[in-house]
Amino acid sequence: MAKSTSSSSPAQTTVVQTLWKAYNDQTPDRLKFVDAFLFFLMLSGIVQFAYCVLVTNFPFNAFLAGFSSTVGQFVLTASLRSQVNPENKDEFNQVSPERAFADYVLGSIVLHFFVFNFLG
Amino acid sequence: MSMAYPLPSGLSPATVTNTASLIRIVTLALISGAAIASRLFAVINFESIIHEFDPWFNFRATKVLASQGFYEFWNWFDPTAWYPLGRVVGGTIYPGLMATSGVIYNILHALNLPVDIRNICVLLAPGFSALTAWATYMFTKELKDESAGLLAAAFIGIAPGYISRSVAGSYDNEAIAIFLLMFTFYCWIKALKQGSAFFGMLAGVFYFYMVAAWGGYAFITNMIPLHALILILMGRFTSRLYVGYSSWYAIGTLASMQVPFVGFQPVKTSEHMAALGVFGLLQIIAFSQLVRSHLSSKQFQNLLFVAVIGTGILGSLAIVGLTYKGWIAPWTGRFYSLWDTGYAKKYIPIIASVSEHQPTAWPSFFMDLQLLMFLFPAGVFLCFKQLRDEHVFVIIYAVVGSYFAGVMVRLMLTLTPVVCVSAAVALSTLLDTYIDPVEPLVPEEAAPSASGDDSTTTSASGSKKAKKPVFGLSESTTTQSTPKLRTRPGIFGLDARLVVIFNAFGMLSFFVFHCTWVTSNAYSSPSVVLASANPDGSQHIIDDFREAYYWLRQNTPETSVVMSWWDYGYQIAGMADRPTLVDNNTWNNTHIATVGKAMSSTEEVAYPILRKHDVDYVLVIFGGLIGYSGDDINKFLWMVRIAQGVWPDEIQEPNYFTPHGEYRVDDQASTTMKNSLMYKMSYYRFAELFGGGQAMDRVRNQVMPKHGPTLDYLDEAFTSENWIVRIFQVKKEDLLGRDLKSANAFSQGKKRKRSKPTVRRRAIV
Repeated sequence: MAKSTSSSSPAQTTVVQTLWKAYNDQTPDRLKFVDAFLFFLMLSGIVQFAYCVLVTNFPFNAFLAGFSSTVGQFVLTASLRSQVNPENKDEFNQVSPERAFADYVLGSIVLHFFVFNFLG
Repeated sequence: MSMAYPLPSGLSPATVTNTASLIRIVTLALISGAAIASRLFAVINFESIIHEFDPWFNFRATKVLASQGFYEFWNWFDPTAWYPLGRVVGGTIYPGLMATSGVIYNILHALNLPVDIRNICVLLAPGFSALTAWATYMFTKELKDESAGLLAAAFIGIAPGYISRSVAGSYDNEAIAIFLLMFTFYCWIKALKQGSAFFGMLAGVFYFYMVAAWGGYAFITNMIPLHALILILMGRFTSRLYVGYSSWYAIGTLASMQVPFVGFQPVKTSEHMAALGVFGLLQIIAFSQLVRSHLSSKQFQNLLFVAVIGTGILGSLAIVGLTYKGWIAPWTGRFYSLWDTGYAKKYIPIIASVSEHQPTAWPSFFMDLQLLMFLFPAGVFLCFKQLRDEHVFVIIYAVVGSYFAGVMVRLMLTLTPVVCVSAAVALSTLLDTYIDPVEPLVPEEAAPSASGDDSTTTSASGSKKAKKPVFGLSESTTTQSTPKLRTRPGIFGLDARLVVIFNAFGMLSFFVFHCTWVTSNAYSSPSVVLASANPDGSQHIIDDFREAYYWLRQNTPETSVVMSWWDYGYQIAGMADRPTLVDNNTWNNTHIATVGKAMSSTEEVAYPILRKHDVDYVLVIFGGLIGYSGDDINKFLWMVRIAQGVWPDEIQEPNYFTPHGEYRVDDQASTTMKNSLMYKMSYYRFAELFGGGQAMDRVRNQVMPKHGPTLDYLDEAFTSENWIVRIFQVKKEDLLGRDLKSANAFSQGKKRKRSKPTVRRRAIV
């Protein structure tokens, strides 16, 4: 954090713009697809959380089940994304993309087994 | 290259690998056999019986599960416990243990093997100890290599620290929990190493099993986040960490909430917040890593600075705010008592009163771990030398485990696995160094030949030990290529090797003897059945507990309520099958205090309490005759303290001591003590037993007064052979409406001899 010397508010918007541009340029289409799903899950989670806070949390187990299913699916998908990301290839030398996808499917099944059980 | 001893040549590498793995499998099988066998002392010395207190409840619950099925078990409401409140059993237990036995029972019966449910319960703990040995092997293998793994498996198989909770018949949650603990940790390490969501998920599933099995699951709940946090602080964040932790947490937490007893705690109590916090932190870091990969460094740092500070403040504010508003429960008393060892004594005497919650005495470390205790620091030191992610885990575990083991006797159990693992690492490093046949180069020789020779010898020997670079020496082997006269440290000659190896094996065999001795002498007593030695050395079985419980079972109506101190609640429910006021579940402090008050007040005060609770029989444990020190008079002060916590005006602890502050039961005992129901019941007619001679309490070594206490409101109903269990019947109200004391006096004035129920009694000299 020592280097953060000259940061001002107009610079922030350009930072976000360059970030968006760099993201669009550098990310493979497959990962963009995964990211779209991640974005959807995030929205779904936010909606559920807002409902819980603003309206009611009454069947609390149902809320938890729904919310955990989005969060769980989000992190599993994010894990899949980092496992298949070509930049991380040397980090995951024991996990091939195919194996990652199999793990992902299995993890999702187990997750949703518990979600289903918890919905009540 | 000189060798200390010749190695067989001309073996193909495939043969060597196959032989090595065969030997490993056979060794593991033998270790499992040893682990099971050393836990069978209890069955051989006594019989196939459920031990101690809690296991009796687990056994009773398992019987319900096996005979009535899972749904009945799940919805089981037990009206006989905590009379008259009852207990919702299905929602207040960790069902993992019973479910495991139930599954085994059903599988065996499906295979037409009609095994008794009791034998499954008795032998479950030894069976799982074999699995623990295997899980420890897998865990240690990740740290070092297979040979260390085998040593660790052997250690955990026979270490008394673990045996103390897993002998045959000790049918308690810990019996399966240690296996689950080790296997969850193994999955976590594996997930972290490979970055595999599969192992993360497996860790989550076994975490779920652990949550269903033992309240100690909170140890995993905090160990894994702590490890992850320390890795992050060490600057070791990787995507593998993200994958492993996220998949474990997302699945494990949701799964843990399926256990009714845990319920919403994982999102509502402070004990679980660390895991949630680290989970959130990992998401932020992973996101910032993603952003960084798309941005040049300087812009990124500006953005990161704002984002991390912002989210950090927001997150901690949220948790503090939620705690403040009561959404997140603050830490429970049990948790505080881990940090402040005096806390429980001050505020929750019921927790402090349990013997296994006392701080550990120094000798018990040696008693439980012997040799391993000395190897333990060496192993931790070797972990520092390597310091891969999994070594960091072992170091954290060692520190945390040592602390907890020092705070509570029972937590010695969680320390034992890490002691075994690090001791195995230390010992196997020692053996690797000294068994390795390669001799160091003589300084005159040229250095460059060293590396070449090294590779040829390893390929030629092909031995497991020689192939790997020696643990502690790996750095020195890498620096060796520099053309200097520095040589690889090593051992010259056969004699130096043999001295160390013989010593090591000597210590190991002493360790085995020690473990066997401790197991057979200290940890294999069922405590339901006691053993003493006759003058000729043969074993004498004292079976008072079962005698008394079966008396209750056969001579009293099924609905008669038995009052005893809570220690014996589960045993009465399990063996006598009678309703009890309080039992080892200890969920209702007031109810226990009521019993404590009845025991520690005078008969006149206690009688209305007994009648209001429909008590028909009162059971006390009295060891004064044969010197059984775990009796109720010795536990009496806890009853007083717990009662005092609820009725500070009526019960005061100092009243039970002599003016000199001594706890006495003889002539000098305080009046309050002498008039207390517990004292009267324990020593009722005790002096008569000695036929006018000196009545001696052999636990407290005090001479009892000639004329013992009298009882007006209770009748002696049964006293067991060695007087350990005494049962008194509560009299009904007098038919003429007098109070029982005057009625008694009247009847005694009328006729000298009162008819008493005949009591089977025999003096033991």
